Amino acid sequence: MPDLPGPDNILRHTLPNGITVLIRENSDAQSVVIDGLLRAGAVYEQQHGLVNFLSAAMMRGTQRRDFATLHEELEGVGASLDIDSGVHHLLFDGKALAEDLPLLLDLLNDVLRYPSFPETQVERLRGEMLTGLKLQQQNTRYMASKLFRQHAYPAHHPYHHGLSGEIETISAISLDDLRAFHAQQVGPQGMIVVIVGNVQANAALQAVADTLGDWHNPHQAPPSPLPDAPPITRPTIEHFPIAGKSQVDLLLGVVGPSRYADDFLTARVANNIFGVFGMFGRLGKVIREEQGLAYYSSSQLLGGHGPGAWRVSAGVDPSNVQQAVDSIRQQIARLLAEPVGADELEDNKLNIMGSLPLSLESNEGVAAQIVAMESYGLGLDYLYRYSDAINSITAAQIQETMARYWSPDAFVLTSAGPEIAVPIASVLQ
Amino acid sequence: MIERHTLDNGLTVLLKESHAAPLITWWVVYRVGSRCERTGQTGISHWVEHMLFKGTPTYPAGYLDKAIDRAGGTWNAHTWLDHTAYHATLPAERIDLALDLEADRMTNAQFDPAEVESERTVIISERQGSENSPLFWLREAVQAAAFRVHPYHHTIIGDTSDLQSMTRDDLYGHYQHHYMPNNAVAIAVGAFDSATMLERIKAVYGDIPAGTLPSPFTRPEPPQQGERRVHIERPGNANYVQIAYHAPAFGDPDWFKLATLDSILGGPGGPGGGAIGYRTSRLYRHLIETEIAAGASGDLSMTADPFLYKLTAVLRDGRHHAEAEAVILEQIDRLQNDWVSEAELRKAKKQARAAFAYSNERVGGQAYYLSYAETIDSYQLFLTYPDQIEAITAADIQAVAQHYLQPRQRTVGWFIPQVVSNAPYPR
Repeated sequence: MPDLPGPDNILRHTLPNGITVLIRENSDAQSVVIDGLLRAGAVYEQQHGLVNFLSAAMMRGTQRRDFATLHEELEGVGASLDIDSGVHHLLFDGKALAEDLPLLLDLLNDVLRYPSFPETQVERLRGEMLTGLKLQQQNTRYMASKLFRQHAYPAHHPYHHGLSGEIETISAISLDDLRAFHAQQVGPQGMIVVIVGNVQANAALQAVADTLGDWHNPHQAPPSPLPDAPPITRPTIEHFPIAGKSQVDLLLGVVGPSRYADDFLTARVANNIFGVFGMFGRLGKVIREEQGLAYYSSSQLLGGHGPGAWRVSAGVDPSNVQQAVDSIRQQIARLLAEPVGADELEDNKLNIMGSLPLSLESNEGVAAQIVAMESYGLGLDYLYRYSDAINSITAAQIQETMARYWSPDAFVLTSAGPEIAVPIASVLQ
Repeated sequence: MIERHTLDNGLTVLLKESHAAPLITWWVVYRVGSRCERTGQTGISHWVEHMLFKGTPTYPAGYLDKAIDRAGGTWNAHTWLDHTAYHATLPAERIDLALDLEADRMTNAQFDPAEVESERTVIISERQGSENSPLFWLREAVQAAAFRVHPYHHTIIGDTSDLQSMTRDDLYGHYQHHYMPNNAVAIAVGAFDSATMLERIKAVYGDIPAGTLPSPFTRPEPPQQGERRVHIERPGNANYVQIAYHAPAFGDPDWFKLATLDSILGGPGGPGGGAIGYRTSRLYRHLIETEIAAGASGDLSMTADPFLYKLTAVLRDGRHHAEAEAVILEQIDRLQNDWVSEAELRKAKKQARAAFAYSNERVGGQAYYLSYAETIDSYQLFLTYPDQIEAITAADIQAVAQHYLQPRQRTVGWFIPQVVSNAPYPR
């Protein structure tokens, strides 16, 4: 498949300061996208929500441009640039008409290296974030997810906490805290910059080198290892009631594999069977199609640089919670007890392999794939090898992988929404 | 280059070749949406859309979900005020599956009574999911207050009582009444040869008989005679304000002028506009930078009949609805009294050009906007979008501000949260 992004059509170069630049030309688009990351995620923060606060504060003004100038330059040409927080990385992405790539790079360089954290802007941002956190307390999906993290990961594990922090921590983070984290953690070592779009690759590489090539941060801290996330060995259940809601959003899951685990791709196929394929897999068929219990019911495998959750999500009427949970547990038991049939396995493999062209249609999709290949060390020829890797997975491996992570009696079940008539703990009785 | 054909049975077919990716998207869009619904049957168009995923004698329920996924494709549908769209995007060599399935379910959907009942709870669950958001309640109330006569009065999901009471025969009747080739626009965008594709479409769709077109259900909204106000008082923890003005239909030259006004006031909208920020918009400067609101937006939809231009703000802690409302109205006064600056106008035009380019980058995006415009008037409305915006002057913007954004044309909604004691917040 010569059209797949790979070593034949991606220019990859590591600058002397440690930034890896990857560029893919696409002359069919009028635009260009920039995507990438720096080694400065929430796992390095001491105050919960600091990196999220920092990422937004970096867009509030620099030593060269105040807030208004920065955004006037950006929006004036119909471009966008966002800095965002990730668990392991500080993330950035931008988009512009191809003619405006130099401006986009100049602004990226400015906000990454020279944020000025103007006090008025930072305080305004703090107020917006506090309003947002307050709104989240009323958001059923957010609250179910927050409880899930708290029960699935021990308190000392970074995954125990959300990216957005708490009202108390966001209130307490000072300007000096933001400046100190930026000085100690944000730097070019380990940074990845991906550019995809209507550009000439060598010229774009030169433009990156000209803007970011002289960045050095001798204080940048080395990567730190994640603590272990112990497996879940018993059921843990909690419901968070929120008045005035109509629907219960629930999550039922376990700690899954990281992207580096040998069984990650097997888990991906298993997850596809469980809650993705053919409008949400076996879960969708039973819970939505056959029983009409939910508008949505699917499963997600969230492993990345560490062992993310592997979980089922569903939105159900309060009176149907017990039936939905019973059905989810039956589907887990079935995947553990019976090997997946040959036809079903083949369908799912075809789906995973066949959906690559769709996921790579846009510049954004290609850029995201290149960032993943580089940051997980998959190799730029990963997509060339992908079909063979998926094809080699057997039903026995899927069953073994399910058994490694899942049990019908050991999981975290969290939910939020209206008071549930039947206490959710009774679902196990 | 777009080809437009009309088959003998009245099906409008648009074809646009795009060889950037080895994909084809196929859309069939029917001119039926919540605008066509009568009291007692609100939400029926959306429910019918769900039932078209429940199988035909050729393709039983569940078969197509698997077939599309096996082919590496994606399919979905959505119901809007004015249309219902079904779409699939597939690797180019597999597009026959999409052509066949849409032709099949244009006339052969079964509406099995057991499936109708199972889907009733799914649809009610979908509405309940929306009800979990305070903004849903506010939007629903503002829309209902702004339209007393026109069926834009109710939301697309419909009222719960109707969702509880509608029957299988109601649904099947709605389907038979509106689903026919002469009430649809079909479009293919992607990696194909147009002549070959047209022949294939004729072979698959040409024998479907034309039907009797539904007589238009039009109840024009009489001019509003004064400001209307609604309050929603429900559990929540933030104040919201929404101000909605009656706005022109898509295709009216004034629509493009109002869209440009919106770009300056609320931030870029229109095709692809969501990709661009709004931090230099007037609402951001006067509502967010003044620390009255945590978020604000403008929304002008592309609709077949005159709908609404909506301005919405979520307020920061301790700020009152009246403060946000006053700022929005001040900004509207300013647009009515003074011309926007040349710099603001230039920016709005460049943003429209960039956003339009972004919206054309995926086959699905192109098919969406082209078919959307064609169901209202002509696909040309979409193609000429950047040119229409380019021609707008500061005087045009002042004129539409004066004409449409009058006090008696507006509905003001406040979401007033009622304090209830939740469980202790988990730490």
